[in-house]
Formats: sequence, structure tokens, C-alpha cells
Amino acid sequence: MTPPPLARHLLRTRDLIDRRYGEPLDLDALARTAHVSPRHFSRSFRRTFGETPYQYLLTRRIERARHLLRTTEMRVAEVCLAVGFSSVGSFTTTFRRRVGSSPTSYRRENGGPVGADRIPLCAVMAWARQPGDGAFREDSRPSAD
Amino acid sequence: MLDAVSHVGVWVHDQDEAKAFYTEKLGFEVREDATLEELGGYRWLTVGPPGQPDVNLMLSRPGPPAIDAAATEQLLELVAKGALGPGIFRTEDCRATCKELEARGVELAQQPDERFYGIDASVRDPSGNLWRIVQPIEYDIGNLS
Repeated sequence: MTPPPLARHLLRTRDLIDRRYGEPLDLDALARTAHVSPRHFSRSFRRTFGETPYQYLLTRRIERARHLLRTTEMRVAEVCLAVGFSSVGSFTTTFRRRVGSSPTSYRRENGGPVGADRIPLCAVMAWARQPGDGAFREDSRPSAD
Repeated sequence: MLDAVSHVGVWVHDQDEAKAFYTEKLGFEVREDATLEELGGYRWLTVGPPGQPDVNLMLSRPGPPAIDAAATEQLLELVAKGALGPGIFRTEDCRATCKELEARGVELAQQPDERFYGIDASVRDPSGNLWRIVQPIEYDIGNLS
């Protein structure tokens, strides 16, 4: 049996980010999952998926936050913690930068389900991404927010 | 008039590994497994869910002479990075199915999550193909176009 390509290991790590985005994720631990060094991991991840692991994690968190804001009555602070941020300020800043409005304004303007809620989550996650937005440097942050 | 979808192609990195995954982990049955020496050892391998005998997954490994070596490498790289998600499985109980799969050692790409169309999770095969596992529900969320 030929060994799987590196991309398969990286994909396993990306899946782990998708599953555990609500937890503080450590770059070293993610790199171990992919069987590569942390530095090699970040570069390889970016080359394979077009964005760093940290950018990927943030996009996943914001995607999930948008869903919770639209479809639940959770308070903004609760949403913030549920998607893995530890500070409301950091969450609000990141949310505003990526979505273009604050979490509160977003909820007011987008109450209830939207078209994206009726299609499989993987499609939403894939097509809601904004890779390479330049907001974060590669290797700049080893863990969340 | 076309009657039905009968076979769906899935590119895999290793057919033995894929066969073991789809049968031993997902519970599918082998429909056909034939190695044709007159075709240079081409292996025709199909599997399907026991309750749906007229739908088959063709677990194929790309390779020459059908697909040249460079394209084969590209295809397998795309599969490994999760770029070729094949489809959606239906289940009556998504949470129970996922528990069962995890007990068999399957790593879910996404834990069950409530969506407007049902309860939804996902799993990858060893090659990197993403399958969603959906427990559909009837829903009415209005005109979302």
C-alpha cells in the first residue's frame, strides 16, 4: 500500500479544526496530528488549502457564530464563548472585520433562517470562506483569538 | 427516459483500504470485485448499502493507461485534500448512526449538528472523500431564493 499524500494528513487536521473550533487549539498539537513540524505544518497547510490554519479556524468560528446569531436567542457573549473566543472584544473585532457589521447588527439585519441554512453545512463552510484576506500573518498566532 | 442513478464513481487511493472501510466500517456490501487480467489488472470494485441494491459506488483507483500518471497524481492529490466530496448518505437516526460508526473506529469529520433540513454529520473515507450523513426532516422555511 502506498502511503497517503501529505494533503491527506493535512485534511485530517483541517477536519479536526472543523470539529473542535470551540476549543483553544494549539498549533503544535495540530501539527502533530498532521505528522509534521509546526513550521512545516503551517506552510504546508497554506500551500494546500490557500490559508493558514489560524485563518481557517477563524473563518470556521465566524461561520458558526453567524449561524448561531441568526437561528438562536443566545446572547452575543454566549455565542462568543461557544465558537471558541475568550474575549467579547476580540470576537466583535474579528466578526466586524470579516462580516462587515457587529454581531448585534448582523442579528438584527438577518433574523431567522436564510438560504444557506437549507443546504449541507459542508457547502456553506466551503463557499463562505474568504481565504487570503491578509488579516493574519502565517504563524502569527499559535492558538485561538 | 432515464430510469435511475445506478452507479456513482468514487476515486480512492487504495482499493483494499477503501473496500475495508466501506464494508467493515460503514456496513456496505460488496457487489462486485473483479480483477481483469486482460485489462492489465484493472480492478472493478463496487459496493452499496444493503437496503438499496440498485445503487452502487464504484471504488476506482485512477491510473494508466486510462488516466496518465500526471493526471493520476493530480486526481489523488485533489481527493486527499478533500476537493472531491462525493455525496450524501441518508439515515433514520443520525446521532445513533454516528455513535455506531465511532464505536467501529470511524473518525467523524463533523459531529451531528441540527440544521433546518435535518440532523447532519460527515465522515471521510481513508482517501479523503467526504460523505455527509443526514437524517432528513420535513421543513418549511419559506422562500429563500
